[in-house]
Amino acid sequence: MRASWRDTLLSYAFLAPALVLLTLFTFYPLAYGSYLGFTEYGGARFAQGLAPRWVGLDNFRTLLADPLFLTSLGNSLKYLLVVPALQLASLAVAVLVSRELPGMAFFRAAYYVPVVTSVSLAAVMWEWVFNREGTLNWVLGALHLLPAGGAFGWLNNEHTAFWAVMLVTFWRGFGYYMVLYLAGLQSIPAELEEAAVLDGASAWQRFWRVTVPMMKPTILLCSLLSTIAALRVLEEVLVLTNGGPLNSTYTALMYVYSKAFQGFNFDYGLASAAGLVVAAVALLLSLANFRLFRESGGDEGRA
Amino acid sequence: MSAVTRPAPRTRTRTRPAVSPRRAGRLALRYALLVGVLLFAVFPFLWTLAIALTDKTAGGSIYAFPASLFPRAVTLNNFAEVYRTFGLGKYIWNSVSITALTVVGTLVVSALAAYPLARFRFPGRGLIFGVIVATLVLPGETTFIVNTLTLKKMGLLGTHLGVVLPTVAGAFGIFLMRQAFLAVPQALLEAARLDGAGEFTVLTRIMLPLTRPSQAALGIFTLVTTWNAYFWPMLVLSAAPDKLPLSVAVLKLKGQFNYDPFNIAAGALFMMVPVLLVFLAAQKLFMRGLEGAVK
Repeated sequence: MRASWRDTLLSYAFLAPALVLLTLFTFYPLAYGSYLGFTEYGGARFAQGLAPRWVGLDNFRTLLADPLFLTSLGNSLKYLLVVPALQLASLAVAVLVSRELPGMAFFRAAYYVPVVTSVSLAAVMWEWVFNREGTLNWVLGALHLLPAGGAFGWLNNEHTAFWAVMLVTFWRGFGYYMVLYLAGLQSIPAELEEAAVLDGASAWQRFWRVTVPMMKPTILLCSLLSTIAALRVLEEVLVLTNGGPLNSTYTALMYVYSKAFQGFNFDYGLASAAGLVVAAVALLLSLANFRLFRESGGDEGRA
Repeated sequence: MSAVTRPAPRTRTRTRPAVSPRRAGRLALRYALLVGVLLFAVFPFLWTLAIALTDKTAGGSIYAFPASLFPRAVTLNNFAEVYRTFGLGKYIWNSVSITALTVVGTLVVSALAAYPLARFRFPGRGLIFGVIVATLVLPGETTFIVNTLTLKKMGLLGTHLGVVLPTVAGAFGIFLMRQAFLAVPQALLEAARLDGAGEFTVLTRIMLPLTRPSQAALGIFTLVTTWNAYFWPMLVLSAAPDKLPLSVAVLKLKGQFNYDPFNIAAGALFMMVPVLLVFLAAQKLFMRGLEGAVK
């Protein structure tokens, strides 16, 4: 069937608002932002209204020589440790709430509530938990597990702040992945489970031999989403610690943000270059995720 | 293999005796775990609620455990006080304005774009669809920098419109609406066209009424995300503190030098309660919308 002129014209008329907005606020910034990464732009140059000046790889050299950038990139990579913990926990919780037992709808909804909580509220509430006099220390004290030196502020200590921020990411995320895993679990044909039961498989065997292989696409999707989210963590850091103490929670996107917008010497060129590095790492990690899954899924992936 | 070595489970599942002790134990363990996770998920909210309702004039610190979890004297004064002293009304209004604009904008733009993608053949359709899909995977670490520069040029930096415009066209909404439109029977459309209805009429009179659940899901999803958004409004409105939404302002409250946890907890609830109500009312739609976006 050939498209008629009328249909074509109408289609583009309907699409126009979306296309204009996407071009202006998504595609153009992607292209222009990539270009800026290779230019000197910002600060005095920007104030005088001068155009960006092409400097080739200069910004990337500057980044490699900046200990703060290296620290921030290292922190972002370290932040990826949240991914396996988050995925295992969400899958386990999904299995926990997947059985139709009394009260399950309530538990599912309650676990999802942190997902619909804004990061600023999370900051307010978790600061009280992590405070010197907060709940965490109280619970640890009650269990006689307080670290040496007694109570301390988890967010103010350069050895713990990072893990405290990560815990908040974990808290805000597990309900989200739980719902995705739940959808995956429900799409497993009941006959498969039943056949496994008839074959005498234990619950544990059913989980590893039936559930996990069938869930592979969902697991891949979730770990991919969560890897990228972890690499791009910014808001939690911004509201909980602002990168401190002693840059222990300073992440790569925090670097991009602060080079571009904090202080007086905003440097769009350098910030864009740093953004490109993060984007490249994100792409590499996505590819690695796919690879990993295809290889490990070779023998048992096909049921 | 295990069928040979351990035949026990088979007989048990077939005959189904009244709840065996072992099964009851497992069930108890399951619920214990569920409650444990529940505490982790909702404890911060419960504590915030307790603090917000505590009568601070009765003395006592929020850190006096476990007493502070069960306020002895309950009051609503903190809500009135934080509303008055920090002029919360202004921030609530800003949140409402930004959220309403975003929800309406997203629904309109997504429906308009999804209609031809679902129902027409035209040159470039595959390309356009591919390009929209690409926005889901293209890493946009520098987009917020360029977008603020663009908004500045357009004179929209520091305005609600500036917060809203860059967010209303998104792959999520377009996908969701496209899926919904694809499910509408072709016969209905043809009947309407035979009756002489124009395409805009078909969209508004047939497609939209038949896809209310998807629009509701998208609307609620957008509402919650926008109401809670922190980074982008903070960036766009950094030079216009009077136009900040509650999500950003609530942290300014925390930064005030006469930091009062009771007031902050009350302010936090002002922000949380609307979203919580919407979520509880529309939970099913919400989760369906999430799944729909992933499939």
